[in-house]
Amino acid sequence: MNLTRRSFLKLAGATTAAATLTGVGLNKASAAIIVEPLRIKYSKEVYTTCTFCGVGCGIICNVRDGIIVNAEGDPDHPINEGTLCSKGSSTFNISYIYDEKGKPRLNPNRLTEVLYRAPGASDYEVIDWDTAFDMIAERIKDTRDRTLVETVDVGGQQVTVNRTNAINWLGSAWCTGEENYLFHKMVRAMGVINVDHCARL
Amino acid sequence: MAKTICLIDASKCMGCRGCQAACKQWNQLPAEDTTFEGTYENPSRLSSSTWMKIKFREQDNENGGVDWLMTKQGCMHCSDAACILACPAGALYRTEFDTVSVDEVKCIGCNYCAGVCPFQVVGFDRLANKARKCTFCIDRLQNGLKPACATACPTGSISYGDSRELIDKATKRLSQLKAAGKTNANIYGLTEVDGTAMLYVLEDNPEKYGFPADPHVPIQTRLFNAIYAPLRILVVVAVGIGLWSNWNRSKKIEEAKEKPN
Amino acid sequence: MTNHWNDYQHSDVMMAIGGNTAENHPISMKWIEKARETKGAKLICVDPRLCRTAAVADLHVPIRPGTNIAYLGGLINYILENERYHREYVEAYTNATFLINENYSFNDANGLFTGAEDDPVRSATKYNMEDWQYQTDEDGNILKDPTLEDPSCAFNLLKEHYKQYTISNISKITGAPEDVLRESYELFSSTGEAGKAGNILYAMGITQFTHGAQNTRAIAIAQLLLGNMGIAGGGVNAQRGQSNVQGATDMAMLYHIIPGYNPCPQQTQATLEDYLATTTPEKNWWSNRPKYIVSLLKAFYGDNATPQNDFGYQWLPKLDGLDHSHIPAYKYMRDGEVEGMICVADNPLVGGSSSRAKLDYQKNLKWLVSIDIVENETAAFWKGPGMNPAEIDTEVFILPAAAAYERDGEKANSGRWITWQYKAQDPPGNAKSDLWIVNEMFKRLQALYNAEGGVVPEQVTSMKWDYDGPDGEIDIVKVCMDLNGYRVADGSLVTNFVGLQDDGSTACGNWLYSGYYNNLENPATKKRIPEKEGLGFNKDWAFAWPLNRRIVYNRASCDLEGKPWNPDAPVIWWSEEEQRWTGNDVPDIPGTWDFEYATENPFIMNPEGVGKLFSIGYQGVGGLRDGPMPCHYEPADSPVDNLLYPQATYNPISQRFYEDHTVETAEERERYPYIATSYRLVEHYQSGSVTRNMPWLNEMMPEMFAEISEEHAEELGVNNGDYIEVESKRLYNGGDQGSIKVKACVTKRIKPMMINGEKKHIVGLPMHWGFMGMSTGASANDLTPSVGDPNTTIPEYKAFLCNVRRSV
Repeated sequence: MNLTRRSFLKLAGATTAAATLTGVGLNKASAAIIVEPLRIKYSKEVYTTCTFCGVGCGIICNVRDGIIVNAEGDPDHPINEGTLCSKGSSTFNISYIYDEKGKPRLNPNRLTEVLYRAPGASDYEVIDWDTAFDMIAERIKDTRDRTLVETVDVGGQQVTVNRTNAINWLGSAWCTGEENYLFHKMVRAMGVINVDHCARL
Repeated sequence: MAKTICLIDASKCMGCRGCQAACKQWNQLPAEDTTFEGTYENPSRLSSSTWMKIKFREQDNENGGVDWLMTKQGCMHCSDAACILACPAGALYRTEFDTVSVDEVKCIGCNYCAGVCPFQVVGFDRLANKARKCTFCIDRLQNGLKPACATACPTGSISYGDSRELIDKATKRLSQLKAAGKTNANIYGLTEVDGTAMLYVLEDNPEKYGFPADPHVPIQTRLFNAIYAPLRILVVVAVGIGLWSNWNRSKKIEEAKEKPN
Repeated sequence: MTNHWNDYQHSDVMMAIGGNTAENHPISMKWIEKARETKGAKLICVDPRLCRTAAVADLHVPIRPGTNIAYLGGLINYILENERYHREYVEAYTNATFLINENYSFNDANGLFTGAEDDPVRSATKYNMEDWQYQTDEDGNILKDPTLEDPSCAFNLLKEHYKQYTISNISKITGAPEDVLRESYELFSSTGEAGKAGNILYAMGITQFTHGAQNTRAIAIAQLLLGNMGIAGGGVNAQRGQSNVQGATDMAMLYHIIPGYNPCPQQTQATLEDYLATTTPEKNWWSNRPKYIVSLLKAFYGDNATPQNDFGYQWLPKLDGLDHSHIPAYKYMRDGEVEGMICVADNPLVGGSSSRAKLDYQKNLKWLVSIDIVENETAAFWKGPGMNPAEIDTEVFILPAAAAYERDGEKANSGRWITWQYKAQDPPGNAKSDLWIVNEMFKRLQALYNAEGGVVPEQVTSMKWDYDGPDGEIDIVKVCMDLNGYRVADGSLVTNFVGLQDDGSTACGNWLYSGYYNNLENPATKKRIPEKEGLGFNKDWAFAWPLNRRIVYNRASCDLEGKPWNPDAPVIWWSEEEQRWTGNDVPDIPGTWDFEYATENPFIMNPEGVGKLFSIGYQGVGGLRDGPMPCHYEPADSPVDNLLYPQATYNPISQRFYEDHTVETAEERERYPYIATSYRLVEHYQSGSVTRNMPWLNEMMPEMFAEISEEHAEELGVNNGDYIEVESKRLYNGGDQGSIKVKACVTKRIKPMMINGEKKHIVGLPMHWGFMGMSTGASANDLTPSVGDPNTTIPEYKAFLCNVRRSV
């Protein structure tokens, strides 16, 4: 059965007639009909790309009231054509888990607050974004200003190098191209030369 | 046999378990706490929150090599379904797709179905006191979608469609496998229990995958059904027995579960 | 990838080597299966274990970890000896006919090429590469021998180099049976026939070695000999492990490059002129480098970049000639030089080599910023095993980030398809997207420098940073426009990189992405029209760099007359009627080139215009630091001596940072007698920081384990599921032996190997576990060595020595 995106939409939105249960099903030939409403009915569909390996499978997130209720393969995507592996099929779990009663709740290990751990402390404290950005900017500036090498002598010539070896930057393949581009600009604007990401790690 | 079925070509299963996760995802099933027991297969058995899984079996083959057999295990949706025959409450029923489902409202939690299933695929939900198992994603079928497992499968190991077409496909695949030297390759589910809506192409004998060689409805179940089926009034009695039995059985199952493998 | 995922359907034979594709890129199997179903294609799996790919492959070749060059060298030798190469292709499209300097030589005893000398900077060996160059006439034209008879031509040097890679020798080195080797060579070399397609697909099992780059070179040589480059179903296909690792590399989240694969300036390149002079060849694609660099500087420094100030070139930090990848960066941290770290969704304390040592080094940090969706091991190091928080003065900031579907943006997959992902829901709580975070963080830093000044404040303040929308928050479209490129005068978007200039009139953050967002209404990256009929190129689905080209070097898919080698899967062709190149893909031929020039230069990124059997740096482009042709070297932790080059053992040029770090002596080989390899499982992802917090995946793969053979288990007295302890030299500390404790998975899928008559046991270790998250366990990388490839400094994760004991 070759189900295209178009039919997925149409069928997902179709109304199904409910019928009552007939018989008790003791006879194997008897047919009982219980029509269940499709749980992704009336949800908004959002195209995303699987966050795991480099195949780049298409995933459709069904969103209701701003919350993802289902995430499965995008049948129109030419690479995966609706299929997904175990990680891709588990995408929903990144945000939500089902409890024993089958009720969804936020994955308890997702971070929801900015955390700060002071020197010697045995736990984090919650701080706000503004405080965090101010503190981080101060620390970057302090380290950079103390360690920036402005010029070096190369074969008798003073060459401007503007680099610091005191900050280490590890980027990520989880970030989008736009994010990494801005991260790169930030890295070089700080004079940082220790830069690496998952391509090596 | 049902008009539409799933064909599970074990020779194309690579064990990615996209189906296993997709089943949980669509059916909103919680994860179980498991431990690593020396095999990739996990959870160790099907349950009320695990309706299907990939089985992994290693064996030495005739050529001095090793086969790593993988395939899906879950409800077979038998034509001659022991669970339907055994259910005193009529909760197990045949759907309009000729698959087998549990009506949770009717289920009295007696757990007879789990006991008689030749494939051991029915789970029992202690909290709700209900039998649970693969529904063939009937909600998806009713809305024109494929079951979650067949939707997810990347290699086409699980396909869903017209039964005649898929039986034809299975036959062709079987001859390919035989020609490639897989002499024990077979089609499983075509005649077993009058045909199953989960039809398999296996590369080796069913037992090698952990399937029963000759699945059948226990004779006691048939007797039970023959006596009680026409007399629906006696269902009330069965309900009583069921309630007691359920308590007793679930206790036993829990005891069994607690024992290490 | 030179090709793309859907293109696998056109392969006749596929070789998965150093990449467990069924497990780590499962959807690739969709297209592999399609090739098998529709055209009877075969899949060869070369892997130490019977992994999930091997389980469904037509042929499994079990080789010892770290012997890929031996295996592939054997393939090259087989192709040459049995004349299975595609002669017309090799003569016209590779440097087979090029004459190499007569002083070039290779020493079979010590495994060194001519030109080896001491490298005082690294205390190691390096090469002076002068003798590896092409012979030229007075005008600088390369001398060639079209008859392939001159002993100095690259083809004959290749033949000579690989003649001792016989099946018998390769079997002794790799441990694979001779008949299996022969069968695999015969099968794969059948694609040397014109019209047949052979595909080599690989992943980190090729690259993560002290000879990783040469592993990929060996693949490239085999594919060039068989005429498999540029064609549908062919290619050298690096299967990237993360959803946007291709994109992150394109954007140069690496110390040695700046966006678009341009080298990061060195201190020896004092001015922009110096930089361009040393990196720009006379002809072919990289001769455009000045346009890309000046446009990049305009995108970086905006109006502050002027011709008078070298377009801001001096604000880019210049490298000091040392390595600044993560292994040495952690060494600098150990030595107290590195005092701050910003770690974006990365987790080196699980994913990095010698991770237990790294845990200690992080104590030297004054501050650490971790941006992630969960609290990972790197951020939580201060409460890691053996740590006393009271003694650790590191300030840690954890910034909560958004998951993939909680933010908009583009990701580039392995096939270079730049695809848009849409935001489906808000991140939870106060979590924010990385784009928002970097924007706010850098604005704050710029504001601080603007307010207070500091050391060379211009470096910070001159960076163009104007991405806020009307609401004062980041507007992603502004970033997209930067990346796509625009005309400075009016801000209008360029169609593609052909429109970029070197005079400062255009700005473009990454020339390769030029064209991906050249239209605000319907940007190419957001296109969603799947191909209904055709060869799977899907030209209207997303945008593939460069220029929406799906197969690179596709001129080589046609014969010298411009007709496809394989008319059943034609990529491009020369249209006589229209007098131009046309086809199913975007031709990899600049519009200004005539037919003859394109035929002489099918590999447009190389200044010499052809594929390199003999690889040297030419006009500042290409070349490897450890030789013009791959040689079999043992891993740094070598279990045996080098059978081919007895005085060599491991790669003499490899990057080594720590003393007494790898197994060197016979006594140590006895202490660590088993060969370990690390790998991924389909159920988890990289360092596991996310997937170990996903209950459905933990249910399937709940715990860390080590795979050992039944025979090995019997020798050790271990039963399936028992705890064992695994040790390596990285945990050996002055007489104390540390270990990792894991469960044993006793399996038939791993067998002991006979290496040159000696039985060796193999131990398999998944790499996903750490001490944080819902599922915790020992990290395999506690054991791996921090030694690197000479070209890339990627660590040798895939082959090292260990000892295994039953846990008591």
